[in-house]
Amino acid sequence: MRKFALPFTLLRKPKGIVMGKITRRLMIFGGVAAAGGGLAIGYGLLPYETIDRARKIGGKDGETMLAAWVRIGTDNSVTVIVPHSEMGQGVHTSLPMMLAEELDADWSLVRMEQAPPDMAFANSGLARGYLRGDASIPSWLSGTADFGFRKIAESMNLQLTGGSTSVRFTGVDGMRRTGAAARAMLVKAAAMKWGVGEDTIDAKLSRLTHKASGRSATYGELASAAAGMSVPADLPLKSKKDYTIVGTPIRRFDIPSKVNGSTKYGIDVRVPNMSFATIASSPSFGGSLKSLDEKPALAMRGVKKVVKLPFGFAVVADNTWRAKEAMMALKPVWDDGPNGALTSASIYAAMDAALDKGELSEDHAVGDVDGALKQAKTVVEASYRVPYLAHATMEVMNCTAHFDAGKLTIWGGFQDGLSARVKAAAAAGLPVEAVTLHHTTMGGGFGRRGNTTDYLNKAIAVAKEVDGPVQVVWTREEDITQDFYRHASVARMKAALDDKGRVVAWLHTFTDKFDPPEAITVNYDFPNRAARYAPSINPIPWGPWRSVDHTQHGFFIETFMDELAKAAGKDPFEFRRSHLTGAPRHKAVLELAASMAGWGSALPEGRARGISMREAFGTIVAQVAEVSLAADGRARVHKVWSAVDPGEVINPATFKAQIQGGAIYGLTAALYGNITIDKGRVVQQNFNDYDMVRMADAPEHEVQVIESGARTGGAGEPGTAPIAAAVGNALFALTGQRQRVLPFVAGKSSVTQTEPAGTGYAQAG
Amino acid sequence: MITMQVNGAAHEVDAEDGMPLLWVLRDVLNFTGTKFGCGVGACGACTVLIDGVATRSCSFPVALAAGKDIKTIEGLAQGDTLHKVQQAWIDAQAPQCGYCQSGQIMAAVALLQEKPQPTDEEIDAAMTNICRCGAYAQIRAAIHAAAKA
Repeated sequence: MRKFALPFTLLRKPKGIVMGKITRRLMIFGGVAAAGGGLAIGYGLLPYETIDRARKIGGKDGETMLAAWVRIGTDNSVTVIVPHSEMGQGVHTSLPMMLAEELDADWSLVRMEQAPPDMAFANSGLARGYLRGDASIPSWLSGTADFGFRKIAESMNLQLTGGSTSVRFTGVDGMRRTGAAARAMLVKAAAMKWGVGEDTIDAKLSRLTHKASGRSATYGELASAAAGMSVPADLPLKSKKDYTIVGTPIRRFDIPSKVNGSTKYGIDVRVPNMSFATIASSPSFGGSLKSLDEKPALAMRGVKKVVKLPFGFAVVADNTWRAKEAMMALKPVWDDGPNGALTSASIYAAMDAALDKGELSEDHAVGDVDGALKQAKTVVEASYRVPYLAHATMEVMNCTAHFDAGKLTIWGGFQDGLSARVKAAAAAGLPVEAVTLHHTTMGGGFGRRGNTTDYLNKAIAVAKEVDGPVQVVWTREEDITQDFYRHASVARMKAALDDKGRVVAWLHTFTDKFDPPEAITVNYDFPNRAARYAPSINPIPWGPWRSVDHTQHGFFIETFMDELAKAAGKDPFEFRRSHLTGAPRHKAVLELAASMAGWGSALPEGRARGISMREAFGTIVAQVAEVSLAADGRARVHKVWSAVDPGEVINPATFKAQIQGGAIYGLTAALYGNITIDKGRVVQQNFNDYDMVRMADAPEHEVQVIESGARTGGAGEPGTAPIAAAVGNALFALTGQRQRVLPFVAGKSSVTQTEPAGTGYAQAG
Repeated sequence: MITMQVNGAAHEVDAEDGMPLLWVLRDVLNFTGTKFGCGVGACGACTVLIDGVATRSCSFPVALAAGKDIKTIEGLAQGDTLHKVQQAWIDAQAPQCGYCQSGQIMAAVALLQEKPQPTDEEIDAAMTNICRCGAYAQIRAAIHAAAKA
């Protein structure tokens, strides 16, 4: 049986509740629906009426709802109801795999359905458990959502997809236990029907068998009877050695419809009598629409209406292109608001000033870092900087909304469907019950479609002024310039080495802290260490961006480690390795990456390697990058080796693709990503000036996994965190030029081209 | 009126000459498998075949499509039989979010028509579509597999 590192309050029976005598108010996992029920188990501490509602919404004719998240049909099909959104990370397949494993289902009979955005399907029980219990909400839960964190506390609702939580949270704690419970209930039903002991029943491949008598029935045949069975509160889960589904490269459910064009994303929603709109918001953050002559647009073919809004305007037409052409024909007069003079330079200057001022919040402290720095003979210092980044999901922001007779219907893609519905109701001034939300597949999320539902609110604002449904589609220019950005940040790193070249003090000072809190921590055994930060107030909207604060701190920490190795006269791999006392998982991952890459072996002329390691969202990743300089001086990354310990892997094919894709996302940031601000607005407009890693830039990427058995970590985000430092450290090895600013330009730190000497960023290593 | 063949069927379209083919396909003819990504021909999400040539439909005026044979992702399979590139995409589990994949697949189909056994360099040169999920390794593997199929 697997053990869980985190206390799991739900597994305990609350005082005063005896199994079998469940009150109407609370259901504990494994509980029995008594009078009038037939429904058996709910997941977590769900109020009785919530489970009842889950049945009404999710239950279908001829199928028995066995648990909140599984339905077994009379045709023996198993439908797993997944409360998370699919955005390419494979969660619509990996979560059913976890449930089916414990259920001992025949995978060929397993189907997936996305849960409707109704709180009955939310992880309220889990959130409640963490809040009630002696465990605090795990920090990674707040990963993509400052909003989410607060909202969990407020409403006990959790349907968020982000922070790599789906498998780690819903899967490990929910899907597995639900599957095990459903199996146990089926076994009980069979034992009762055949008058034999439960321990003589074999459940396998969706069939129950009693060997001695030769009796046998499918799960479907016993589903209705099973729904009335009780189950023990603490069910053992399978050992890894008994897995038949988890750990195999099962094909994803969502792929066939993605190769024939039939998957419907938000932008593909087509409903009768709909209009199409495009939208323009004030280019300057905090600005507003001063005046607009709408006549030129209204004279154009297909245009139905121009909707003026406080923050901008939308043009409504009979197709998207006509709306966009009419929008472009207008000459809005903007009031730039209070930020019209803001530039990247002024923002960075304010960040430096905030750190210079020295009024810092302490993030964490171990030992006496100031004392150790004072006493040390060798002190190394360096400054780093990263810019703003847009998400640039391939599917631009869009949402379809329809007000009709006091009700609102929404179609769109949301990482948190539940909170989207609540927010839609708030934006529309309607009760939640008056809002129906149809959730679509997302053409990328990466945090953009998480807690920031501006695209939903804007569609609602337009739809209020339009008869019939209206689809509001952003241009790519609007998408890039009206994002919620990975924040720019400045870091000042300072460390002391003893005479043996060991780090005795580590001080990480930076601007602006968001999530997750542990993104600033290091896993190295520095006896004295601290992190301090200062807020830098500016109006650029922040949003979670794949791996969130790990994106910049991975770069700061792991580049500075390389600088310290250099100062100590040590090999970068050996230097890291020697600082991992008490961190055997990290050490194993680092050693595997070095071994995979042949660290230390000879390379062709003009190539060099760099190494880096981060733990992010419960998964440890060490990466080695091999680089050269292209003819134009740009960094060319030939190959990446990733060694990864996520505890365990659910679907190896999906997992590998996520690590590789995460690294590409981070590589785009390292090589290209640079959102700059001028006159209070974003300068970059489209992929021609905000470019991406494409096929020719994409390195060969070998991934090897260590399944240490630790609690399951994330897959979607950890691959992003270490890549920039691995590439930058390789560039240093190649050129002797230390990379302290992202993105890298022409094999040199871009700051050498834009910053005066002496700022600290551009010192040669 | 502009007449063109889309996936083997004739369509008459009443649209301005300058309206991009992409929006005629998506908003007029309801072939939503072809995607809008950037509107400036930079990302390739809107790639379709025009007389067999991979073309970024967001920047292709519909008037120029008159009399042409247009193929979109919806027209690639022959009945229930997937095109070998589609099958290779499934076998390699290439798509993640999937949004760019219609364009990627159409670009790959055109590449394999021209170069039945493309090298990695030829794949790099031909496959310039953006995939924000970073599924390039799987896409490359799928193209090589389709070349062998």
